[in-house]
Amino acid sequence: MAKIDFSIGIGGAAGQGIATPGNILARIFARRGLNLNAYNSYQSLIRGGHTFLTIRASDKPVRNMGDTWDVIIPLNQDTMDRHLKHLNAGACVLFDADKIKPGTPSEGVQICPLPLKDLTKGNRLAGNTVAIAATLQMLGIEFKALEDALEQIFSRKGDEVVASNVGIAQAAYDYAADNFTAFPFKVPVVGKGQAVLTGNDATALGGIAAGVKFYAAYPMSPSTGVLMYMASHARELGIMVRQVEDEIGVMNMVIGAAHTGCRAMCATSGGGFALMTEAIGMSGMIETPMVCIDVQRAGPATGVPTKTEQGDLWQFLGAGQGDYPKLIVAPTSQLDLFKTIPELFNLTDKYQCPGLVLADLLISEGTASVDPDELDFNVKIDRGEMIFPNGNGSTDNPFGGYNDESYLRFKNTESGISPRAIPGVPGHIFIAATDEHDEDGVVISDEFTNPHKRQMMVEKRARKMETVLAQVEPPKLVGPETAEVTLVGWGSTDGVILEAIEKLAGEEGIVASQLQIRWIIPFHAEEIMRILSNSKKVIIIENNFSGQFARYLRSETGFDADGHIRKYDGEPFMPHHIVNAVKDQLEGKTNHSVPVHELIL
Amino acid sequence: MSTVVNNTTTVTEVKPEKDSYEGKIHPDWCPGCGDFSVLNAMKKALFELGLNPHEVLVVSGIGCSSNLPGFINSYGMHTLHGRGLAVATGAKLGNHNLKVIATGGDGDGFGIGGNHFVHTMRRNVDLTYIVMDNQIYGLTTGQVSPTSMKGMKTKSTPHGSVENPINPIPMAIVGGATYVARAFSGKQKHLVEILKGAIEHRGFSFVDVFSPCVTYNKDNTFKWFNPRIKILEEEEGYDPTDFHASLDKGYMWGEEIPIGLIWKRDDLPSLEELEPVLDEGGPLALRKLGISKEQADSLIKEML
Repeated sequence: MAKIDFSIGIGGAAGQGIATPGNILARIFARRGLNLNAYNSYQSLIRGGHTFLTIRASDKPVRNMGDTWDVIIPLNQDTMDRHLKHLNAGACVLFDADKIKPGTPSEGVQICPLPLKDLTKGNRLAGNTVAIAATLQMLGIEFKALEDALEQIFSRKGDEVVASNVGIAQAAYDYAADNFTAFPFKVPVVGKGQAVLTGNDATALGGIAAGVKFYAAYPMSPSTGVLMYMASHARELGIMVRQVEDEIGVMNMVIGAAHTGCRAMCATSGGGFALMTEAIGMSGMIETPMVCIDVQRAGPATGVPTKTEQGDLWQFLGAGQGDYPKLIVAPTSQLDLFKTIPELFNLTDKYQCPGLVLADLLISEGTASVDPDELDFNVKIDRGEMIFPNGNGSTDNPFGGYNDESYLRFKNTESGISPRAIPGVPGHIFIAATDEHDEDGVVISDEFTNPHKRQMMVEKRARKMETVLAQVEPPKLVGPETAEVTLVGWGSTDGVILEAIEKLAGEEGIVASQLQIRWIIPFHAEEIMRILSNSKKVIIIENNFSGQFARYLRSETGFDADGHIRKYDGEPFMPHHIVNAVKDQLEGKTNHSVPVHELIL
Repeated sequence: MSTVVNNTTTVTEVKPEKDSYEGKIHPDWCPGCGDFSVLNAMKKALFELGLNPHEVLVVSGIGCSSNLPGFINSYGMHTLHGRGLAVATGAKLGNHNLKVIATGGDGDGFGIGGNHFVHTMRRNVDLTYIVMDNQIYGLTTGQVSPTSMKGMKTKSTPHGSVENPINPIPMAIVGGATYVARAFSGKQKHLVEILKGAIEHRGFSFVDVFSPCVTYNKDNTFKWFNPRIKILEEEEGYDPTDFHASLDKGYMWGEEIPIGLIWKRDDLPSLEELEPVLDEGGPLALRKLGISKEQADSLIKEML
């Protein structure tokens, strides 16, 4: 069990500056070697509304936001009113006593009013500094940690600003010591500093590690973080980053760049992905690989732009008209996003087909700490069967290829994989057509559509998928095979399901195991069936209404789960949602649970 | 002329010959289609400019004229309806050493692809865009197009079109294209010169070629165009660098329709020239993948 495990909630209206104190606290915790996870619940507006950031830190791995808060910092009355009732004994609430009235808390909740005007000496920008300083005092973190952080943040603004903020922070830190009761634990330094990153950062970093040279996007929440990371590092890293007129243009531009031999990538959300799908079919048809990430949000249509959902699985399965091979993977954490992107690029280069990533708001905008040693940029690069200029191409006739058939771009090989020259290589001229074509690229769709050739080319492309399953890791059962229940999830729910299982064991004495699915295509159907057919009871957990994964599992294996836990209110699962639903289902109360989110965000 | 290094490291000097651009397929266009002339003019222009087929990438959308890349011996992409310019932009940025030429029709470029047309022009990407404008949807057997004249009867406008057409020339001039020309399939010699100028131009060059559809457009035929066409280069005193004069010329339509180089400016850098990532290191597509240890350490440090 973790010795240290606490959560801080900071809430206010959009525009009040939740992110800055959140980032400062996260960095201070991560520098002490604590693991952390942060989730920001917000709305689609720039000013106003209600934004609530949860930062949870522990000496043990933290994989989700948790169930409770130890500290809340309401920056306005609305936040106080919404959240005070959710605090349990031992927790505290820190607030500006000049502006906010506390209300009636549960027994044992400490009310900590801060005389903000006095403490900030009229510096209206220093309110956050006061709140952070008081919080750190309560957590038993030495003042030096905050002093260092403030110096780093404000050094650009000059010594005077640094000194002013450090002074205010010291006063607030001392005020909290004199007036409030600190927590019974002190947050120690537990190890070396951890890196702090969002899933969108991790996605961009994964692309950078994979050697992406071309990134294009149209801004769309919650995927825009990838564009911002890429744009801010483009010039130093030699990456072409373009904001394009729409997602149709994005995908077509990405394929154009990829066709010349670049590793090219784009990220979007479900609506943008819908616009891209015809071109994703082009990637499949002309066998030009690229990688596209969908950071899912609650749909359909504009849906709830700032809320999470796992609702695009079937959109992915059916992306692009026709029947053609593509790869689909659903990473399980921020670190997994980083590691998956290079892995997927190698596979798409090898199999010359689209590579699609199903992420979601929960992990992509969520923040996590990662051991910096895990961020290995020296990844394996495998470009598959490519022909570059000055390399492995024969050049007896530099203008040959298309006319003399010395080179067949879409050669009907045993593996289905045809050596891929890039434009500019002498002696390998070809045309890549989205019309059905022959091995040399000549279009067969127009004049004499030949059913035998059409069949041959469909089979050639499909045959590429015969060997891909062995290239990806099968899912593994976590926990004992004799568990009372096996919880099946996919993608981003990995962390919360694992924590729910720990709670089921610790608080309820229920032994559960977990099977988390990453690879959707290729799908390890046999191995999954081997595991599930040995399970006593199987419950599938997913963030959508209709059980998209449950249906996919059934379509691929014929397997019907015993129960389902589904949430589609825009907010992610919290561990207790799963714990309670599993208990209900084991007691035979239901086989279909829809947890209710207690917080109105 | 260029140097080719083959896998045995012998160096061979190559240059194109007259038939280097001959494609393997005879075009499947209707006999008499204006597109034959555009294809021939392209081959001629590329040869006369001394460009090598493997250094040229012709990108098209979908439609009768978009079949063109299959009929010319160069690297080619026959993409999606309306998306040729977006793909061509990506290809040019991926390997800016390639000579990238986009081709297509009026429906492809100004209808379904209109958004990309507007934005590719303002970016001034170093592409040449050749539209074979027949003012009709041919491959779908004769429906109204964005350049069909008002009143035109087609299968989708049996009582005559009530909509105003696009005039792509003024649109391109104000849209940011830096070489804007109009040509006519029936004047192939002139077309070759216009295309050579477009291909050599540094920046986005646009050539709208009247390329009559002999099957579905019975209004705007070779016979209709011939007496109306006036070649600007044969006119005294026309200055294609005069912005307002070029707009006036571009709008002219009716009894007299000017063709030729209508607008040109050389003072604007192309997108590739403005993008520091391309300053050194050669084409992105040929660069080494991944980042250095120092770069990786610096990225990690930002997160600590």
